[in-house]
Amino acid sequence: MEVGQMQRRLVDYTKSLFMEGFLDAQFLQLQQLQDESNPDFVVEVVSLFFDDSEKLLNDLTMALDQPNVDFKKVDAHVHQLKGSSSSIGAQRVKNACIAFRSFCEEQNIDATLRCLQQVKQEYYLVKNKLETMLRLEQQIVAAGGSIPMIELGF
Amino acid sequence: MESCNCIEPQWPPDDLLMKYQYISDFFIALAYFSIPLELIYFVKKSAVFPYRWVLVQFGAFIVLCGATHLINLWTFTVHSRTVASVMTTAKVLTAAVSCITALMLVHIIPDLLSVKTRELFLKNKAAELDREMGLIRTQEETGRHVRMLTHEIRSTLDRHTILKTTLVELGRTLALEECALWMPTRTGLELQLSYTLRQQNPVGYTVPIHHPVINQVFSSNRAVKISPNCPVARLRPAGKYMPGEVVAVRVPLLHLSNFHINDWPELSTKRYALMVLMLPSDSARQWHVHELELVEVVADQVAVALSHAAILEESMRARDLLMEQNVALDLARREAETAIRARNDFLAVMNHEMRTPMHAIIALSSLLQETELTPEQRLMVETILKSSNLLATLINDVLDLSGLEDGSLQLDLGTFNLYAVFREVLNLIKPIASVKKLHVSLTLAPDLPEYAIGDEKRLMQTILNIVGNAVKFSKEGSISITAFVAKLDTLRDSKAPEFLPVLSDNHFYLRVQVKDSGSGINPLDIPKLFTKFAQNQSTGTRNSGGSGLGLAICKRFVNLMEGHIWIESEGLGKGCTAILIVKLGMAERVNESKLPYMPKMPTNHGQTAIAGLKVLVMDENGVSRMVTKGLLLHLGCDVTMVGSSDECLRLVSHEHKVVFMDICVPGIDSYGITIRIHEKFTKRHERPLLVALTGNTDKVKKENCMRAGMDGLILKPVSLDKMRSVLTDLLEHRVFFEAI
Repeated sequence: MEVGQMQRRLVDYTKSLFMEGFLDAQFLQLQQLQDESNPDFVVEVVSLFFDDSEKLLNDLTMALDQPNVDFKKVDAHVHQLKGSSSSIGAQRVKNACIAFRSFCEEQNIDATLRCLQQVKQEYYLVKNKLETMLRLEQQIVAAGGSIPMIELGF
Repeated sequence: MESCNCIEPQWPPDDLLMKYQYISDFFIALAYFSIPLELIYFVKKSAVFPYRWVLVQFGAFIVLCGATHLINLWTFTVHSRTVASVMTTAKVLTAAVSCITALMLVHIIPDLLSVKTRELFLKNKAAELDREMGLIRTQEETGRHVRMLTHEIRSTLDRHTILKTTLVELGRTLALEECALWMPTRTGLELQLSYTLRQQNPVGYTVPIHHPVINQVFSSNRAVKISPNCPVARLRPAGKYMPGEVVAVRVPLLHLSNFHINDWPELSTKRYALMVLMLPSDSARQWHVHELELVEVVADQVAVALSHAAILEESMRARDLLMEQNVALDLARREAETAIRARNDFLAVMNHEMRTPMHAIIALSSLLQETELTPEQRLMVETILKSSNLLATLINDVLDLSGLEDGSLQLDLGTFNLYAVFREVLNLIKPIASVKKLHVSLTLAPDLPEYAIGDEKRLMQTILNIVGNAVKFSKEGSISITAFVAKLDTLRDSKAPEFLPVLSDNHFYLRVQVKDSGSGINPLDIPKLFTKFAQNQSTGTRNSGGSGLGLAICKRFVNLMEGHIWIESEGLGKGCTAILIVKLGMAERVNESKLPYMPKMPTNHGQTAIAGLKVLVMDENGVSRMVTKGLLLHLGCDVTMVGSSDECLRLVSHEHKVVFMDICVPGIDSYGITIRIHEKFTKRHERPLLVALTGNTDKVKKENCMRAGMDGLILKPVSLDKMRSVLTDLLEHRVFFEAI
């Protein structure tokens, strides 16, 4: 398919991500930081986010599996995850983390397990979406086009 | 006959006469011998006999006489010549001594007599002294009475108690039958019986004040004896016997205003009360001088005590009144404070709440203007923009005025181009004026400086407001704006007595006159113009949609600029002139290159500061660290990344100008790092600026940051523009704390 069409599809897709709340304005900021001196900035950050989050989720699962759950450690991990997701603009993951943290404070094991599931779910969703979006971008670049800037009026 | 040497007495010894002589001689001798003994004995006993040697003489004389008479006893019978010769010797001696004694006595007896007269004299003196002692004692007793009375009188400050006590004590001291006090009535024409000693309830007897006796008493400050038949003294039922003597004395009633110490004795237009004292009838007692003196002294004391009581009453009343007023004032103050606090709270909230949506509307409308629009859409957007600008201005005005009232508003002083201000005003007003077909002319005096120091924005606002009013309220004609430097004589205006211009070398007074040919104002309404919210209701032509705040705000601004603003009009239909005088600072000849002295920096200045800036970023979270790094790299900084506090401390050097720290991560003691960095770099210019970067925070955290020694605080998420402006601000002011 031709570049213009691909670009339009990318724009629509990205817009939908914003509309559905997967991403927020912070992601736009990241995109703005990408320039000639830093052409793969977004990809790098997103990849780093994926790696970091996988590790954190594994740690969380292990921590909550223990007979005596160390809520402090759990809280620390969730805090990290929240920080990463908010830095990248993964809004729903961030919100889920916030809820997770409040339950950690209450030391409610069942609720925290549920939250962990929620966070994982949101994470995989957004990971999927971002990977699709990045693939689209790669295709456009490979076809010789340039990635259109999303301008949104909030 | 034997021829003996005896001498025969002439008479026979048995003759009766001779016997009696014999016995008398014997007794004489006895007496003569015992007298000296007695004398010696008694003189020895007494200590004060001065003439001892006279005694000796006397003694000798008497002893010799005794001896003579004793020897004489032997001459009654036949005695020898020896006896006769002894007798003769004795007699001779006696004669000698007695002659000497006689001679001596001539001297001594007058002395003895004078002793006697002296004794008499001393006795008289003693009697006199006794009398005087008696007098003094009496006086002292009187004094004691007075003191006691005074003490009694002065031990209370209650008027009635004072007077009653006086009468009681006087009655007791002087043993009076009756004691009464007559006070002048309010009209001053009569004396009313107010207090008596014996009668419990004095009925309101009144006596006219202009009685000769009363006048006599009032005219002297001594106690005066009056006749018992005087109306003031007729207090008792007429007794059968002689009524006792009556004395009356005046009691000055002193008022506060009469306390002139210098003319104390000359109490001229004073009111007096009359105190009447009656001795018991049938007692034949007389008034003694010391008693009268006592009465006078007491009267004076009473006067003073009464005045004190009056003063005290007055001051107690005043104090109670003050206390009441105090309480009321306190209440009012508290209410006012509550009201002010409520208003401030309201304003604080509305300030933010109102401005935010306004800014959003304005910003987005202006952004919208940049996009592609159809002409109709463009018109609509422009209208939205204009209306929202107006609304924003109105909100700002209201909030400004409240800020002005708090006194919290300060002028933004800066150097600006005065001519440009006027040109701008003209440009803004020209469109409206041309629509209304009004001719606007601007005249700037040649000696008006081109540049001045002052608050440009507010000055323009004020001038614009006045010119705008002129245009608004003129249907036709012309508007003329003149501006010149005010000289001293034009400065003083009779309408502004409190406006005291002070000329100095660094300042000048700008005078702006805006004259319009519009509908004018009734001169009586002029004072109301500058009161906020007071609309001029009288003229129907005023369809101004303004809230009436404009002129009030202008007045406030002008006052802040130490100036004065007023409006003159000759009446309705005759147009009016608004005159404005403000104090501006003189600017030196500025050329364009000096203009960057102004507080706001042009943006490229900031850009050059950031480019190449060496910064250190500390963040445990890999993703957010990368994002921050990307941000800073995009801005052109030289970024070093660290992931822990130890690394941070290790790598930080004086080359790094700024250190960004994420402080919301549990486990990182950012305050500790701050303190250690402070210790590492003791010189302030070597130390990098420490900025906390955090996603969530509250006022407490902010205060902790400030206290720990951080130079700044930024909230995440940080946009590109925000980071740029923050860095610029930070580098310029060396401190940046975002408002929480």
